Amino acid sequence: MSGLTDLTLKAALDGLASKAFSSEEITRAHIAAIEAARALNAYVLETPEKAIEMARASDARRASGDAGALDGAPLGIKDLFCTEGVRSTACSNIIGNFVPTYESSVTTRLWRAGAVMLGKLNMDEFAMGSSNESSAFGPVTNPWRAKGSNRPLTPGGSSGGSAAAVAADLCLGATATDTGGSIRQPAGFTGTVGIKPTYGRCSRWGIVAFASSLDQAGPIAKTVEDAAILLTSMAGHDVKDSTSLSVDVPDFASFVGKDVKGLRIGIPGEYRLDGLQPEIAALWDQGVAWLKDAGCEIVDISLPHTKYALPAYYIIAPAEASSNLARYDGMRFGRREEGTNLTETYENTRASGFGAEVKRRILIGTYVLSAGYYDAYYLKALKVRRRIAEDFTAAFHKVDAILTPTAPSAAFPIGEKSDDPVAMYLNDVFTVTTNLAGLPGLSLPAGQSSDGLPLGLQLIGRPLDEGTLFSLAGAMEKARGVMARPDRWW
Amino acid sequence: MTETADKLIQGRTGPWEIVLGLEIHAQVASKAKLFSGAAVGFGAGPNEQVSLVDAAMPGMLPVINRFCVEQAVRAGLGLNAQINLKSRFDRKNYFYPDLPQGYQISQFKDPIVGEGEVEVERDDGSTFVVGVERLHLEQDAGKSLHDQDPNATYVDLNRAGTALMEIVSRPDMRCAEEAAAYVKKIRTILRYIGACDGDMEKGNLRADVNVSVRRPGAELGTRCEIKNVNSYRHIQQAIEYEARRQVEIIEDGGKIDQETRLFDSGKLETRSMRSKEEAHDYRYFPDPDLLPLILDADWVEQIKKSLPELPDAKKKRLQGQYGLSAYDAGVMIIESARADYFESAVAALKAAGGSDAKLVANYVTNELLQRLSADGHEIDASPIPAADIAGLVKLREDGVVSSKIAKEVFDHMWAGEGAPYQIVETHGLKQESDTGALEGIIAALIAANPAQADAVKEKPQAIGWFVGQVMKATGGKANPGSVNEILKAKLGI
Repeated sequence: MSGLTDLTLKAALDGLASKAFSSEEITRAHIAAIEAARALNAYVLETPEKAIEMARASDARRASGDAGALDGAPLGIKDLFCTEGVRSTACSNIIGNFVPTYESSVTTRLWRAGAVMLGKLNMDEFAMGSSNESSAFGPVTNPWRAKGSNRPLTPGGSSGGSAAAVAADLCLGATATDTGGSIRQPAGFTGTVGIKPTYGRCSRWGIVAFASSLDQAGPIAKTVEDAAILLTSMAGHDVKDSTSLSVDVPDFASFVGKDVKGLRIGIPGEYRLDGLQPEIAALWDQGVAWLKDAGCEIVDISLPHTKYALPAYYIIAPAEASSNLARYDGMRFGRREEGTNLTETYENTRASGFGAEVKRRILIGTYVLSAGYYDAYYLKALKVRRRIAEDFTAAFHKVDAILTPTAPSAAFPIGEKSDDPVAMYLNDVFTVTTNLAGLPGLSLPAGQSSDGLPLGLQLIGRPLDEGTLFSLAGAMEKARGVMARPDRWW
Repeated sequence: MTETADKLIQGRTGPWEIVLGLEIHAQVASKAKLFSGAAVGFGAGPNEQVSLVDAAMPGMLPVINRFCVEQAVRAGLGLNAQINLKSRFDRKNYFYPDLPQGYQISQFKDPIVGEGEVEVERDDGSTFVVGVERLHLEQDAGKSLHDQDPNATYVDLNRAGTALMEIVSRPDMRCAEEAAAYVKKIRTILRYIGACDGDMEKGNLRADVNVSVRRPGAELGTRCEIKNVNSYRHIQQAIEYEARRQVEIIEDGGKIDQETRLFDSGKLETRSMRSKEEAHDYRYFPDPDLLPLILDADWVEQIKKSLPELPDAKKKRLQGQYGLSAYDAGVMIIESARADYFESAVAALKAAGGSDAKLVANYVTNELLQRLSADGHEIDASPIPAADIAGLVKLREDGVVSSKIAKEVFDHMWAGEGAPYQIVETHGLKQESDTGALEGIIAALIAANPAQADAVKEKPQAIGWFVGQVMKATGGKANPGSVNEILKAKLGI
């Protein structure tokens, strides 16, 4: 039944509803696909027994007629989400073999909707990275390869496992998180759809924190509609997260296919960076043309503080991270390397438990918060953050959504940027602004590079206006037509 | 001037003035912790009151406890302080095993309560004002137990995450007694308001004391902070030791290092805990897991209206309504239960047709409270019901017993022998008011002591000698009013 893994989430849910196949059947098909795709290293933990148990329970619910919105659909879960009774590591050695006694709020919602868990997905350690190379479990390999090359590529990061698993049909959809682009950039690199919703849409409770004021959960999916279906189940107010928004969650899928005629689309001049790759520029123009054809009005806009966004992000995110990661001290759970005294135990534990990129960010964060530097770095970055948000507020008086590239390039080879953190950080140049401003951002596959790799475009919306993004992305997806699929080389 | 001079300490090179500021940590009287909802309670087994949030498990988030916020607002109002409708929580970052998150959630920059002031009574009844700089909410840490194992430290997280109010004073105190009086006053206010039970033995109220010395009127000196002092006596001992230590260093030509010190209550000395160089850089920044705390002005107004009568107002009322001295009123308001006891005794007295509230106050403060506090008890442990104090005063007002006999009656009451009138009956303590009998005794005394009689005629205050003799002769049962009257008539004064 390998054809079952090719289905979109929507098609699978329809098939389950019409009893064309059972949840157990489609779940087993995915389990087999995962086993066959271990070369990708997308899953860090496979939970086939749990999956089958959940699938059978789902089939029983369907038989008794009380199926939920996602009933029977097998999903992959980023390892940043704590899952009850299932090892959750944030792909860090310091968390080790931690098995939570609790379930994150987002995954709780998914299971309540009837979804089935296939396992935990690889990611950059603590979601810090843009290539999935900082994972304690080793990098994920992108299912896509450049035309005529066998060189392994990164799937992007930090949600590299989620994106690769969706692209390689190893799940019907996946949870992911996005602090500076960690949903959208990997979606762009793998030809999948990813949305980072408005800050506060999804509860952060039970998700290992990276940078609390920027972290948001969202889905990575095969189509715009699938992403909308997943987000509808993932989002919702949670009293356990003080930053969660108490607002209704619309049926996001109902926005897909809506007429977008008359919507005003902003094109920010500042995103047309010096040295922007011509094929990225061409892709952007293609997106503009599709929306124009669909009846949208294209408006040139200015987001003047854009160039300060990346530096501000790489101050604020590490600052919060340096504090959020202080709890990994070897005292209560996870890895512990004894020393001859307390300080040495801390030092040994954290030196051996954290990877290089995480240490780099803890050091940066500690530095920018320390006495004498706080005002010059952290406080300044907060001011930049406010300006960036104001830029967007002003722009949204003139337009209904903004179109930009997702990332400055297509997927790059594993190892290419791993020695150059600044080059790596530049991957986030188009995506960090929405995290700083708390806005929703969606990436959809819009075309391919000259060597056949997927390229993504990003739509940015007003706070809580994910609906418009789904409508626009739906229109662009339709205009684009059927996307190529990666060859199954694995 | 003498008042100020009293507080100075004398060094070898002249007088020094002590300057004191306090940070009081008061545990919020809440059944649940500040951000986790876990139970708070004394006496639970180690780590029995710890939630996933308190243990800082991955992905856990804080949610503010509304009740604790309300208590902080109540306390702020009790301190006559500004309530900040917008405040914020910050993280204070440092590593320690009893601090699971690796940071304490506190309010650094924008506290919930701003400037206020407190009027404090000295033991002699005079008052002074201490400025309150701020009150903020913060989490307590857990407890490290170093004495359970020779090679390991154990950690009990029951206390981790418990809500504390930190009340920071201005450096407005000038001697150890003033510092202790200030802590007493804060404790009284918090207990009235119900925001903190003030139990210092359990550590629910403790103080960090900032001590510096200077020449009178000079610039402020370098201060040392003495951490976690948890009784009035220790506060005074710590200050006295620390001030002397600083004076000696300066007089020997040395300099005070700004540092954190600990008070050793066994050796009665302070010792260095960490110097300024070793001081942590706490890297405070706004906690991104929590939104700014916005209070509704109407809600604060409602809380204001719901406050009980506060100590200062009660003191004024007791003075005005019952004619109590500042001292008696001050003693009476230290615990609202004392004032309640006093007022119910007065009410009982009035119901019985009596009126001398001041006399009631005398028995409550001088007899009852003194005996109770000698045993380490408060008014709620009184073996004598308020109505019996009223009964005793009524006996005095009616001339049934003298003040001397009343004391004896009180002893019996204290011993639990019941109502005063019964005690008087049982022990035959009724006062001699039979003027005929008294006249005879007095006439005989005057006749027998002509020199004393002449002296009293010269100096009427000396009449006390004769009163004493009459009492002696009557076994204390003579009505002193009648005795005085007859003596004055017979001596012609």
